[in-house]
Amino acid sequence: MGDFCIETRGLDLFYGDFQALTAVDLQVPAREVTALIGPSGCGKSTLLRVFNRMNDLIDGVRVAGKVLVDNEDIYAPDADLLRLREKVGMVFQRPNPFPLSVYENIAFGLSVHRLAGRREYGMVVEQALRDVLLWDDLKDKLHKSALSLSLEQQQRLCIARVLPLKPQVLLMDEPCSALDPIATLHIEDLMRKLKSDYTIVIVTHNMQQAARASDRAGFMYLGKLIEFDETAKIFTQPRQELTENYISGRFG
Amino acid sequence: MSSKRLRKLKEWWIEKAILLSGIFSVVFVLLIFLFLLREGFSLFRGESVADFLFGKSWYPISDPPRFGILPLILGSLLVTLGAAAISVPIGLAAALFIAEIAPGRLKEGLKAGIELLAAIPSVVIGFIGMITLGPWIKNLFHIPTGLTALTGSVTLAFMAMPTIVSIAEDAITAVPRQYREAAVAMGATKWQTTWRIVARAARPGMVAAVMLGIGRVIGETMAVMMVTGNAATIPHSILQPVRTLTATIAAEMGESVQGGAHYAALFAIGIVLFVITFLINGVADLYLHRSRR
Repeated sequence: MGDFCIETRGLDLFYGDFQALTAVDLQVPAREVTALIGPSGCGKSTLLRVFNRMNDLIDGVRVAGKVLVDNEDIYAPDADLLRLREKVGMVFQRPNPFPLSVYENIAFGLSVHRLAGRREYGMVVEQALRDVLLWDDLKDKLHKSALSLSLEQQQRLCIARVLPLKPQVLLMDEPCSALDPIATLHIEDLMRKLKSDYTIVIVTHNMQQAARASDRAGFMYLGKLIEFDETAKIFTQPRQELTENYISGRFG
Repeated sequence: MSSKRLRKLKEWWIEKAILLSGIFSVVFVLLIFLFLLREGFSLFRGESVADFLFGKSWYPISDPPRFGILPLILGSLLVTLGAAAISVPIGLAAALFIAEIAPGRLKEGLKAGIELLAAIPSVVIGFIGMITLGPWIKNLFHIPTGLTALTGSVTLAFMAMPTIVSIAEDAITAVPRQYREAAVAMGATKWQTTWRIVARAARPGMVAAVMLGIGRVIGETMAVMMVTGNAATIPHSILQPVRTLTATIAAEMGESVQGGAHYAALFAIGIVLFVITFLINGVADLYLHRSRR
């Protein structure tokens, strides 16, 4: 298995009777940005939410096949969900900081997982904000409500608050779709910076974003992973006709 | 062309009608307050405000009459605080349970039950308090009468509960899903998510729920009159009979001579109640606005 951080084998997922994912075999290498692209409803977000088992919140979800994160079977009967979600952080489509202060947003993860003593919180908060390049902007606003920040700052804060958990993986579900183009580029820069420490999986419907920001890309269609390769190959010489039709804008 | 003008005219009328009803509701409140002031103020020609508010005895029909409402204020305060101490923790916990934990069928059942509780007339609740709760408290504490401040507190707690539960439950349910998702995705347990994120996010609504519940308790008259024993003395314990501001007005208004000092004193009590309610609402409002910022 070697360097793969996330691996799925024959993954099927059902919402009730509806099969949302079919026989997905995927190998996500560590410390790279992997993008999942495809038309709406193709299952890319569903696949992303398999990796931290957020699909469990939906009634009637059934999963078959194997999913390994860091070589652990996360659907094993004795899997520790809280530990999994500590290891696999998630950033959502709409920035969703808690309606608390900037400081409390970051301290929440620390206290939930008892990762540090109260006295170290200040340092950890500072480091997390530095990592997402927010410290200079927010160092005097640590006790302001996170909801008073700009959307871009909110999304950065949402990234910052999972970093103190020292996750191995960052899942990003269309993290820029609520942001303007400039902010989008800033977040992409941040992803490039973060990938030296984290494995990043991003779902995006923006093909330029996938081309710009990812090292590897997977094209999904109707619940199947059609093609998975280096991003450059997917965008210049795809092997599948479906992929080529999609990236050249013929459907989707 | 006339249809366009007709539409405009209609818009104009609707706008004005809504404006008018808005103005009316404010004007009515002002008129009520003015009426209270006019009827109540004549008392202060013969009585100082301090003697009225802090006087220790309420003997409105003795000669000379004494209009000190301190016992009534303390009675209201005691009953209200007791009712709040019972209904706030239970009410908020019930709201959290209904909104976050109870599964579908149970949730619907509980919500219907709470609404039913709100629909019981206060005289019925007072009656039940009088014939079941009163004797029970009397026997439990070995006291001469079961009609005490505690009886009033428990009875009123039942009346505040539906307000607190339903408004707090609305506030909790209105907390966006995305906050819960974010907390769960960070590895928080159900309880950590509920207590530290959802309850915090819903706090303004929960404060409003508590304030409105307390507002209902202070204003409640019939049930409290039936179960508190109606003794206008300064209470030294929650196991003594007390009399509240509201019960005094209701009990004595019929016997007072219109335009007399007693009559004016009852209206002055009305002013005090009005001010208290106004303050409670003001505090709730302030809190709501502050936390929204």
